[in-house]
Amino acid sequence: MSLNYPRHMLSLAAGLLLVALAFPVHADSLQDASLLLKQGQKPQALDKIDQYLAGKPKDAQGRFLRGLILTEMGRTSEAITVFTKLTEDYPELPEPYNNLAVIYAQQKNYEKAKQSLEMAIRTHPSYATAHENLGDIYAQLASQAYDKALQIDSGNASAQTKLAMIRDLMGSAGRPGTARPAGKTSGAASATPPAKPLEEKTVVAAAPKTVATAPKPPAPVATAPTPAVPVAAAPIAAAKPAVDLAGNEIAKSLDAWAAAWSKKNVKAYLAFYAKNFQTPGGSSRASWEAERAQRINKPGGIQVDIENPKVSQDGPDHVTVRFRQHYRSASLKTSSNKVMVLVRNEGRWLIQQERVGK
Amino acid sequence: MRLRLCVAAAACLLACGAATAADARYSDAGPEPVLAHVFEQIEQNHLDVALQQVEALIKAYPKFRLAHLIMGDLLLARAGPIQAFGNKLNAPPGTLAGLRAEAIARLNAYRDKPPANYLPRYLLQMPPDQKFAIVVDTQKSRLYLYQNQKGTPRFVADYYISQGKLGADKTREGDQRTPIGVYHVTGSLSRAKLGDFYGSGAFPISYPNEWDKRQGRSGHGIWLHGTPSDTFSRPPLASDGCVVLANQDLDAISKQLQVGLTPVIISNSIEWLSLDDWEAERESLRKEIALWRTDWESRDVERYLANVMKKRQYWIKEGGRWKIAYEGAG
Repeated sequence: MSLNYPRHMLSLAAGLLLVALAFPVHADSLQDASLLLKQGQKPQALDKIDQYLAGKPKDAQGRFLRGLILTEMGRTSEAITVFTKLTEDYPELPEPYNNLAVIYAQQKNYEKAKQSLEMAIRTHPSYATAHENLGDIYAQLASQAYDKALQIDSGNASAQTKLAMIRDLMGSAGRPGTARPAGKTSGAASATPPAKPLEEKTVVAAAPKTVATAPKPPAPVATAPTPAVPVAAAPIAAAKPAVDLAGNEIAKSLDAWAAAWSKKNVKAYLAFYAKNFQTPGGSSRASWEAERAQRINKPGGIQVDIENPKVSQDGPDHVTVRFRQHYRSASLKTSSNKVMVLVRNEGRWLIQQERVGK
Repeated sequence: MRLRLCVAAAACLLACGAATAADARYSDAGPEPVLAHVFEQIEQNHLDVALQQVEALIKAYPKFRLAHLIMGDLLLARAGPIQAFGNKLNAPPGTLAGLRAEAIARLNAYRDKPPANYLPRYLLQMPPDQKFAIVVDTQKSRLYLYQNQKGTPRFVADYYISQGKLGADKTREGDQRTPIGVYHVTGSLSRAKLGDFYGSGAFPISYPNEWDKRQGRSGHGIWLHGTPSDTFSRPPLASDGCVVLANQDLDAISKQLQVGLTPVIISNSIEWLSLDDWEAERESLRKEIALWRTDWESRDVERYLANVMKKRQYWIKEGGRWKIAYEGAG
């Protein structure tokens, strides 16, 4: 079984470059460790990360990277310990659960893998990687059940699960409610979520990704300082005709976006994203598009519906929309709250940010 | 759609008999109630509930292959759309067909179970020393256990069974069919004397009986027996003619079986009578037998009958009257 790593590596490195400027010592070690791992120099990477953690033993990023390194070195039981401890300290983070599941699946302990992924999804219902991994686990468990039912041994021919290890902690920028440490908070500042602009420096060290991709303090939308004016679907909004007009246009754009997705028209779907769209995890536009295309093109129908969109205008060509997204595919049925930042470009409203949250 | 397609086959078969089943009392629940619940949940597209139920079923019956198959389908339904019951690529088609048939047989028997106060017409006479009687319905893959309550059979429990690969109505040796007729248990073979294949024990029955022999039917070694240790139950059509029960079910009935006494009535069409009708039927037979006896007595051969010869008679109902089909030495 081989681990299938998403293409977040580049973005991780890029993010760390910025960090290096802000925080030479620690970030250097973290970056070095990450680069060494990328170059396949695992023992050296482990040394580096151990140095880093010697100074910041509770740092979530560092521990997470250490878990990755150990996993790649095949020191699975230690990796399990690292990730398990992270789930205990940060039960809201889906990534350690996901990676635990990947290791459990490697060990063919699909029941435990399933439990871990379900935890990841419980904390973040729309976490795509965890959902896809869970789909693979279900298929594995199904195969085992069939073997028992039919008294055959399909062996491990079908056991090539391609579970994706998540490479970055807090990879999806601006995800709400990230990384609130459970229990003792001492030293936890290193994992403080990007949603706290005041601790920007600390945040930089902890979550370089966010900084690299979001030029201003992230999550301005979630905490929207400007009073939100709910508009779409609400005729009351006549008081602000400009917004109302935008609201109508935006509702139409969103419907078209959902329709393109539902029709699995990848080209049309991707065309709804602005050039400067902030890709989740800060991955490159190309790799993000490739990933979206691959997911949308999976077999089976997709149905995306938008419920109760609320538009608040942040500027003449800049709005934030909150809505409930109902997603249904062959393998998955979810409903989640979405926040989108849309910008107007040559008369079209395009998605600049897309995230889960209120 | 997912699982719905495959359930449809089972569901339409079952629809017809569902109405009468409401008041049946079952002392042995078996897997059927949960199984039926699982399929109900699937039909209503509550796949999560169905999965929980089927997991519970597997916990209770770890070697219940049908439950594993349904679990496989339910899990796969989460990962992607599934095409059919037993959505396993390259699954042996015979095995799948067997499990599907078992699902239908079990659900059918559960939803179409005879009311508890109805009795099989064939079970008319129970002498005082026969404590229990067994009635097997080959059409429904079901075995019914009755207790003798002062001459009237009282329903105790029913169980899923497997029969011959080619069904019922055995006529010759090696035809892989289960005989139809009135037999009794002739022996008891313990687990220790048997291979694992026969499970927790075996009870040979008296096939071929005199009627069978007279009809020219051949073969031997028809048993009631259990299942191998890695198997909870086998498909409905699985044996070479034996009646196969799950080991726990065989254990349950084996406590009640009396070698040489307990009747095993195997039929492919059991007629269920209300207690009143059953009593009327029994009365008419009793009268016919009494009449026949009177005839014999009038010929003054009673002494001969009683002392010299034990007779065995086969009565059949013809044109509304009971008649002797065959009689011979007992």
